Amino acid sequence: MKRPFEQAVTEHGAVVLRVCRAAIGPDEADDAWSETFLSALRAWPDLPDDANVRAWLVTIAHRKAVDVARTGARQAVPVAEVPDALAPRGDQPEEVLPDGDLWAALAALPDKQRLCVAYHHVAGLPHPEVARIVGGTAAAARRAAADGIARLRSTYAPEERVSLHV
Amino acid sequence: MSDDLIELLTTSTTSTTSTTSTTSPTDEGERLAALRAALVDRATKEASVDVTYRVVDSPVGALLLAATDAGVVRVAFDVEDHDRVLESLGTRIGSRILRGGNRLDPLARELDDYFAARRRAFDVPVDLRLARGFRLSVLSHLTQIPYGATESYAQVASASGSPSAVRAVGSACATNPLPIVVPCHRVVRSDGSLGGYLGGLTAKEHLLGLERGQR
Repeated sequence: MKRPFEQAVTEHGAVVLRVCRAAIGPDEADDAWSETFLSALRAWPDLPDDANVRAWLVTIAHRKAVDVARTGARQAVPVAEVPDALAPRGDQPEEVLPDGDLWAALAALPDKQRLCVAYHHVAGLPHPEVARIVGGTAAAARRAAADGIARLRSTYAPEERVSLHV
Repeated sequence: MSDDLIELLTTSTTSTTSTTSTTSPTDEGERLAALRAALVDRATKEASVDVTYRVVDSPVGALLLAATDAGVVRVAFDVEDHDRVLESLGTRIGSRILRGGNRLDPLARELDDYFAARRRAFDVPVDLRLARGFRLSVLSHLTQIPYGATESYAQVASASGSPSAVRAVGSACATNPLPIVVPCHRVVRSDGSLGGYLGGLTAKEHLLGLERGQR
């Protein structure tokens, strides 16, 4: 790629950070973002000029997120059952994100659903691209994203958000 | 139910309608800025960046300052179109280009001092890889023209070893990768008129006036 790498950071930096948060949670997201963009910078000159930069970055972020989650002190992976109440992370004020309970609800999704929601809905990648990253078929990726959204709708503190649903 | 949930996922920076949220929309921006700053520092340290740059304000308009690990490689006026200049650096030097870092802080300070008439010459390391051959000889000579003085294109041609290459001196000045730092503004026509300038004649007038103590 001959375009300045800074353009990729400007265009996709915020989305990739949100994808990292959705994929592995806010605690590890900053590390995953840093590792992703450092790797991407090193490989940038070899990327074909017509490559889909966002899909490429999300693919790197996926690998980094897996690495970071594996080596992280506390794995930000989902619990087996959806908790009855998803409390905001009031114990870590500086970690509270805009709409912290939405991210908590995301973290409670099964792995594949959470990743498919992150890569399709947050990153905006088409299902076949998502499937290439997470494995399996495009149809399965589409189903996982849909199931994930459906589950979020039921777990994401709906009674507090009446104003949003009008 | 509408797609508000998906909207929240994709535009979380502005969706702070939750009563439990304690974070303002700018926090994501600040966090991203901190991450970007850390990225350019790490990349510079491990030498995986080709060029870093910053943009500074000056009395002659916004200036793009770009550096490699060898030194300042490009100074560009607003009229040159900074985006196009960066694209060109990507092609000619390398596309691992990041904004920020502290490589250009010394030049930014020296420029401040220069425009405040507290400094007459620049002593930051320069990387002249964008100039070759005769143009490079011309640029080397330009640094010998004293602050406040001028030379004609013909004088510069002679001093650079090719008295007949007056037009080539003109194009060497017009393609000077380091204007202001390498003072091509000190080259004027034999009749005393300004000639051209890659930053525009207003900028050239300003620089010459500044050096004559008129600003």
